[in-house]
Amino acid sequence: MPKKGTKSKEVDNAPNQQENKLPDYLEVQRTRVVCNADAPIHTQGYQYSGTFAAMGVDNSVSVEKFCKNFKIEINRLTEDDMEFDMIGIDASIANAFRRILIAEVPTMAIEKIFMVDNTSVIADEVLSHRLGLIPLRADPRLFDYISENDVPNERNTVVYKLHVSCPKGSQRITVKSSELEWLPEGSQLSMAAPAQSGDKQKTFTSFSQSQKEILEEPLGVKFKDITIARLGPGQAIELEAHAVKGVGKVHAKWSPVATAWYRMLPEVVILKDIEGDDAEELVKKCPVNVFDIEDLGNGGKRAVVAKPRACTLCRECVMGPNGNQVELRRVRDHFIFTIESTGALPPEVLFTEAVKILEEKCERVISELS
Amino acid sequence: MAVLAKGDNEGGKVVDTMPLPTYHSLAAPVRKPVDKFALLPAFLKVRGLVKEHIDSFNYFIDKGIKKIVEANNRIEARNDPSIYLRYLDVRVGMPSIYENCNVESITPHLCRLTDRTYSAPIEVDIQYTVGKQHVVKRRNKFIIGYMPIMLRSSACILNEMDEDELAKYGECPLDPGGYFVVKGTEKVILIQEQLSKNRIIVDTDSKGRVIASVTSSTHAIKSKTVVLMDKGKIYLQLNQFTKPIPIIVVMKAMGMESDQEAVQMVGRDPRYGDLLFPSIQECASERIYTRQQALQYMDEKVMYPGATNNKEGRSNSILHDVFIAHVPVKDGNLRPKCIYTAVMLRRMLDAILNSDTFDDKDYVGNKRFELSGQLISLLFEDLFKTMNSQAVERMNKNSDKTRSSPLDFSQLIMQDTITFGLERAISTGNWDIKRFRMHRKGVSQVLSRLSYMATLGYMTRITPQFEKTRKTSGPRALQPSQWGMLCPCDTPEGEACGLTKNLALLSHITTDQEEGPLIDLCHSLGVEDLLFLSSEEIHAPGSFLVMLNGLILGKHKDPQRLVIHLRNLRRSNVIGEFVSIFINEKQRCVHIASDGGRVCRPLIIADMGISRIDETHMTKLRDGTYDFDDFLSGGLIEYLDVNEENNALIALYEHMDQDDVERSSITHIEIEPLSILGVVSGLIPYPHHNQSPRNTYQCAMGKQAMGNIAYNQLFRADSLLYLLVYAQRPLLTTKTIELVGYDKLGAGQNATVAVMGYSGYDIEDAIVMNKSSLDRGFGRCIALKKYTVLKDNYVDGVSDRIVKPQRDKDGVLMKQNMRALDDDGIVAPGQIIRNHDIYVNKQTPMNTSKGIGRPLTDSCYKDSPAIYKGVDGETTVVDRVMLCSDTNDKLSIKCIIRHTRRPEVGDKFSSRHGQKGVCGTIIQQEDFPFSERGICPDLIMNPHGFPSRMTIGKMIELLGGKAGVSCGRFHYGSAFGEPSGNADNVADISSTLIKHGFSYNGKDFLYSGILGQPLEAYIFMGPIYYQKLKHMVLDKMHARASGPRVLLTRQPTEGRSRDGGLRLGEMERDCLIAYGASMLIFERLMLSSDPYQVQVCRKCGLLGYYNHKLKTSYCSMCKNGENMAKMRLPYACKLLFQELHAMNVVPRLKLTEV
Repeated sequence: MPKKGTKSKEVDNAPNQQENKLPDYLEVQRTRVVCNADAPIHTQGYQYSGTFAAMGVDNSVSVEKFCKNFKIEINRLTEDDMEFDMIGIDASIANAFRRILIAEVPTMAIEKIFMVDNTSVIADEVLSHRLGLIPLRADPRLFDYISENDVPNERNTVVYKLHVSCPKGSQRITVKSSELEWLPEGSQLSMAAPAQSGDKQKTFTSFSQSQKEILEEPLGVKFKDITIARLGPGQAIELEAHAVKGVGKVHAKWSPVATAWYRMLPEVVILKDIEGDDAEELVKKCPVNVFDIEDLGNGGKRAVVAKPRACTLCRECVMGPNGNQVELRRVRDHFIFTIESTGALPPEVLFTEAVKILEEKCERVISELS
Repeated sequence: MAVLAKGDNEGGKVVDTMPLPTYHSLAAPVRKPVDKFALLPAFLKVRGLVKEHIDSFNYFIDKGIKKIVEANNRIEARNDPSIYLRYLDVRVGMPSIYENCNVESITPHLCRLTDRTYSAPIEVDIQYTVGKQHVVKRRNKFIIGYMPIMLRSSACILNEMDEDELAKYGECPLDPGGYFVVKGTEKVILIQEQLSKNRIIVDTDSKGRVIASVTSSTHAIKSKTVVLMDKGKIYLQLNQFTKPIPIIVVMKAMGMESDQEAVQMVGRDPRYGDLLFPSIQECASERIYTRQQALQYMDEKVMYPGATNNKEGRSNSILHDVFIAHVPVKDGNLRPKCIYTAVMLRRMLDAILNSDTFDDKDYVGNKRFELSGQLISLLFEDLFKTMNSQAVERMNKNSDKTRSSPLDFSQLIMQDTITFGLERAISTGNWDIKRFRMHRKGVSQVLSRLSYMATLGYMTRITPQFEKTRKTSGPRALQPSQWGMLCPCDTPEGEACGLTKNLALLSHITTDQEEGPLIDLCHSLGVEDLLFLSSEEIHAPGSFLVMLNGLILGKHKDPQRLVIHLRNLRRSNVIGEFVSIFINEKQRCVHIASDGGRVCRPLIIADMGISRIDETHMTKLRDGTYDFDDFLSGGLIEYLDVNEENNALIALYEHMDQDDVERSSITHIEIEPLSILGVVSGLIPYPHHNQSPRNTYQCAMGKQAMGNIAYNQLFRADSLLYLLVYAQRPLLTTKTIELVGYDKLGAGQNATVAVMGYSGYDIEDAIVMNKSSLDRGFGRCIALKKYTVLKDNYVDGVSDRIVKPQRDKDGVLMKQNMRALDDDGIVAPGQIIRNHDIYVNKQTPMNTSKGIGRPLTDSCYKDSPAIYKGVDGETTVVDRVMLCSDTNDKLSIKCIIRHTRRPEVGDKFSSRHGQKGVCGTIIQQEDFPFSERGICPDLIMNPHGFPSRMTIGKMIELLGGKAGVSCGRFHYGSAFGEPSGNADNVADISSTLIKHGFSYNGKDFLYSGILGQPLEAYIFMGPIYYQKLKHMVLDKMHARASGPRVLLTRQPTEGRSRDGGLRLGEMERDCLIAYGASMLIFERLMLSSDPYQVQVCRKCGLLGYYNHKLKTSYCSMCKNGENMAKMRLPYACKLLFQELHAMNVVPRLKLTEV
């Protein structure tokens, strides 16, 4: 595992390692991605444990080192999104979390629509597609997956109803997602006319109990103001929507995140002191104010790196004649991870779910191997 | 300035940046440049996109039709001229239909839906005699037929309606009109390009001879006169003569007996005399000195088709009527024709002496554009005359037979001639008018409703007259005179390349204007009539000839003054705005043109290089107190046609100096440079940065893009309609896009594109798409298809019937494929319909030839259901069902079936820069690269698409789009728009990008979605407007194992529609032969095709047969079954043998043992 991505170049005092240090330029290559003006270099990193063996430096991965160095710092956490630093981890694992978040953490989404009436201008299929993409406020952990031959029941299906009409002679109305009504008792549509009166009507779901009894809080939609359709006077929509559990791999509607991504920690290094007007210019060049001016007294000015985190890699500072005085780098094992949840689960829960899924996968591999 | 421009990108408000000042403009005191752009929308508001069509049709409805009727206003019985009918007046009424004895007004949309013709009655006021006493009666509003009405013309109900009213009539406000609705289909009469009539064209023919030709066209006659020089001698060539006639003979025949005068008429220059000398000598050698002798000589050469004798006097009448027929002959005075001939000769000799003066046939000034009004007027004239002559015919027949019945012309006029004649011509596109010797095909075409752009493109299209097969490059080349008139980009590829053209945005095509007032005006301005001048004086030095529409009006001693006066009169609205005044120094002529079919365009008038329009005018325009017509009448703007442009010096911008142009000599200023492009090419952003063929490709492709077609698209009944579900407005727009309304009816989506290689499925322009983007609706489209079923009526009131789906006693459907049916036997809207499902459960009577008299029972009907043929496994939905009775009173059932499709591998996409590509693969979002801001591209394009195509415009579009999304302002990329602020500069865009933390060059730092590591290059990424084209795999995919066979040959069928096999063709066969794969050939050509077992008689070598009862084979030729052998051969081979037998050819098979 690469080293912790801090600036202090401490060398681990592992017992099997000598007091060897890589030369600076190799250390940079090993731990940083250097973003030159033309192209980034050293993006790959060194995976082989013995890469630097000749110099007496161990490049291997070990659990102890990982446990020692790994760190998570949460920068921001709101209801819908979070940003945290994941330090001391390889890109492949950080990426695995990202990939799992996007594609494999399950959520509930509308999958089946029973269209009773749709006289709006929006075609049935398009309306269904739109409904499918609405984020639902339903904890997927409380539900099971439904397979093709399963009967929809209270454990695998959530039923919503949408019944809006625009009366004749009135103004045009906009149907918002808030009109979706949760039906805890299951479907209200009967499959066919009852054979005998007195029989319980057969509906499209077979709930054995109300979902109200299973669930602690009522289900609904996450955002109330998503436009579903517009209705003109005399038009109406009546439908029932069945939501099931699924993963983003199958369809993006099941993805629990709007997006999840990371970026490597920016590191901006001033290679040579920049003073005077050049410093002013450098500060001005940067649109995100990475640099600041240090007053050297008696009118002298020197550019310093103030907010390296803000760097968006516009590379203005490394271009031009003075471009070689600054170097933009990314720390290879420090990830600034962002999760934007769609709302079914809070972002921090999503991440733990993702970890669980990865764990599960690892266990599967181990059990398959043994 | 550049700094100022940087500041305005924020805030979403468009601040028009002033162009960068040049060295000159800094030095000279210049006025602040005026933002003239507002003139463009003003022009289009007044003139519209298809105003030329509508103008032309209006002219016909208002004036043309009256002229035609007036010219033929009296018909009378042949044997009794006192029985007559007179047309007093003619009008075209409001569109209506005559049905069941009452008149119903109709709307265009109703016609589209019910397969009717949108037409209006032609009402005439007539005066006619009734009865034997010839009592004169008058009748008003007598209908002589129905005229198809052009939408949005003055006779259309939609004329001058606002958006709300249009919506009420089911019409799209953005629809340009200018087309007809005939039998429910929308038909455009394309603009026809032809050589201008009544003008002298000096050219060389195929043999390299110098010729001067005139195509004369008057109401009475059309003729072509050619004067040519062969071996130094000049001849006249006319179709009526068998041989070319020496020109001096013709002059003599017209009364120009003196050779001296003839030469004087041509000109006093001795070089003319030298060139004319051989011709004069030839005439003298034929011993022709007098008019009589000349006429006699010409009589000999007259061509008589069929007739034998009586040639005398023919040539004289030919000279009067056919020879340069457009020159009027008053009281038998042929002198004008003499002068005209002399002018022709002079032009010809000029061309010989100085090859610069040859005319260029491809020069746009020598072209005329025929519009729908003119074409319909020709058709109407013919039909009107036919109708009248038919009436006379009937009158004559009537008067012979029944003398007692009252004779009355008004009863003999049949409406059908005109109604059906017009309808037939417009719906088939065949203009066959014998009277004018006109046989044209494809004049009208179905208006393509594939996309809004396709519709607009059709309306501006110009088709050539001559055949397309010619390989000549001349007419196909881009003419400099097309500047501003015809679009330089928009032309198809392939055989019609360069021949089919499109109008530019601001161009206009003129209609005919009255000549009379112009002639009077010219005379009062000092034009001297040539009839009062001697031959010598015609070409007096310093004086110029004045020609009006190709006719010699006279001469003027101070042509410059005449021209200035006339132009001033035009600018002050005394004469029409479309009159062109053009002084040709080479020809020493002033050409005045008021004829129809010239292209012209508006330009700002400048005095000594200073624009007449200043900011006050533009403020008034923006406030709405001024409109475009005020600019015209105020003498600020005028229309120049291609010829008059040659007298003008047009500056692109007022405030920019050109190094080699004297500012004071500038006469006009362009309104906007983007107006040199047409409507379709106007939607390309930064076209001036692209390689030119790319723009041409885009013009063809923009018409295939799916999107929104019209506001009424969901209420239309087109046979095939492709719609994009979430069509967007392009992030990088152009001014043209806003002008034509493409921002309201877009045909594409803004996709975030990363330019990089990915996955290897992106070679050969293929693109890699993001699955999540597709899940979220990118490129989703709806295909609406119409299926029509007719409920036929037969004799005796027997008709087809539509029955409800048959069920058994449990109520279960008898057939599974009836599940989509409603109880009325027609498919129910909203139902899912699958392959092989019935959509109309129709039954036809067994016996349709004649009725039985009694009501038919169920057993008399046989099922003839309409079965839906779709793709297996795809769910399609019935969108709408429409019932209407068609023109023959049959019930027609139109089912519109909808299919929503998401993009799949193989679907075709294109950006707006002629960069098409198919979807190569679809990849999960998590595998896609992502940027530091979490942006993940919608599609990935391979960078190899750029170097050879050189579509820099696409790169700038990406940059501009990226800057646009980050600063919240739509960026512009109008053609040549950078100096005038109609396109954003790359420098400004880059500074916006930097301000929002992007790299100036649009390249982002991306992480690999698979590895998680950064990519080893910065990736050019940003939004580009992508179009989904109509070519989709679903419609084309085809494969089969074994399947249907053709009945006759027993070979597999051909073509996708018949589920045909894939042919192993000749060349493929050659490969297999060369390779030696004989068993494979045998398998392909025989076993997999049409194997057949035959019995061959070894003795006679003919085919026998197998008797299944006796279980023996038998040769019917040898009358025994002794020497029979079994063999296999292709069925087609057996068929060939039998066919040869039938032709008395005996093929014999000689069999040997192997």
